[in-house]
Amino acid sequence: MPVTFDGIRAEHAEVRNAVGIFDVSHMSEVSVWGPDATELMNRLTTNDTTELTPGGAQYACILNENGLILDDTVVYRYPDRDGYLFVPNAGHGSEMVDRWLSFAREHELSASIEDRTDETGLVAVQGPDAVQTVDSVASDSVADIPRFSSIRTTIDGVSCLVARTGYTGEDGFEIFHPVADSETVWAAFDGVQPCGLGARDTLRLEAGLLLSGEDFDPETEPRTPLEAGLGFVVDLSKPNFVGKETLHEIAADGVSERLVGIRVEGRGIARQGYSIHADGKTVGHVTSGTLSPTFEVPLALGYVDAAVAESGTSVSIEIRGQSVDATIVDQRFLNSLGSATNK
Amino acid sequence: MTSEFAVPDGLRYAESHEWARRDDDVVRVGITDFAQDELGDIVFVELPSIRTTVDQGEDFGIVESIKAVSDMYAPIAGEVVSVNDELIDRPELVNTDPYEGGWMIEIRTDDTVDDLLSAAAYRNQI
Repeated sequence: MPVTFDGIRAEHAEVRNAVGIFDVSHMSEVSVWGPDATELMNRLTTNDTTELTPGGAQYACILNENGLILDDTVVYRYPDRDGYLFVPNAGHGSEMVDRWLSFAREHELSASIEDRTDETGLVAVQGPDAVQTVDSVASDSVADIPRFSSIRTTIDGVSCLVARTGYTGEDGFEIFHPVADSETVWAAFDGVQPCGLGARDTLRLEAGLLLSGEDFDPETEPRTPLEAGLGFVVDLSKPNFVGKETLHEIAADGVSERLVGIRVEGRGIARQGYSIHADGKTVGHVTSGTLSPTFEVPLALGYVDAAVAESGTSVSIEIRGQSVDATIVDQRFLNSLGSATNK
Repeated sequence: MTSEFAVPDGLRYAESHEWARRDDDVVRVGITDFAQDELGDIVFVELPSIRTTVDQGEDFGIVESIKAVSDMYAPIAGEVVSVNDELIDRPELVNTDPYEGGWMIEIRTDDTVDDLLSAAAYRNQI
């Protein structure tokens, strides 16, 4: 995927107002099936795998023993066969396969684990017009697929797993297919605006979605899901999962730093690493930021001391040596900045 | 490749992708079509204050797009006598009209611009 095809702003607007298509084949795909597949998934991800019915999907974190996020992923229970498909971020596939294999071996869980990354192509069709767009090319109707669910269907003869999930904050679908048929699938959507990495980032940031490697990373930005605002995909009532003990301790004590949304009030984009100040001291740093094409202001995500994390708090960002005013806001900017009367 | 970017003949160019045009006793400066295309949608432009002096090759301001922040370099030495305030509210002019509406600064100098790259030489470079 290039940074852009026809300009970031134009592509971004097309997804918010109509429909756009992304080739996201760089993502990884791992298949897990067998008698203990559910148990294995449940032990290695934070959400409750047992909640998934055939065709259901859920967002989850994958943690290390210290409760730090290794990656985030959507877990899909296959609609039409035994087992699960989960989608680690680009480049994380073999690490996760190794992790799953060792855990299964160590705990004597009977499951098959297969890295499907090289065989799987993935496109995302996103926007308010995504339903009618995908409906017009899929052999089965997609309009009634619930959010976070998938069906198996064909597009121009190609067998596809069509999931109502996405990374833009809009309605839309992610379409898994054999990589050998990628050209056919892409061609089926001829006429839909192709979108690149630039728009992918501005769209997800406006939706308050995190980027693995930027907003959390076990090496450069080590965070637990509780700090990262991902507590909603952690089920602490599950009997056992990797990282659970640490999270229990943190949940009791409270986190010292939290992820927040930031609206820059002055001029300049708040970029990764820029420091955040309040009351004359450094209180945090930015992890990702951009100029929001929808709201025409710079928006960012970052971590700050829990004491200043409340929405409405005034802070400043150091942008190229200048102190620029900013406000802490709810990171789901599409909601929190959506109405005229926001703090 | 070179023909896809506008490189007007009447201007002079720096290797760092600024253009220069003498208008009487000032030299008007901006960034080229190639540069604006590389940067993508420009969202902020930071320009110097009037009466700032710059050396040839010294950075005089910043152009920021969604993708990146980039310094701009004075193609010629002199005193900044005017800046394009229009770019405060309409930074996109640099993308849509880099050689006219998107001009950046005017430098007062007696130095010649003829030592800079000609349009042909710049076209070869990009």
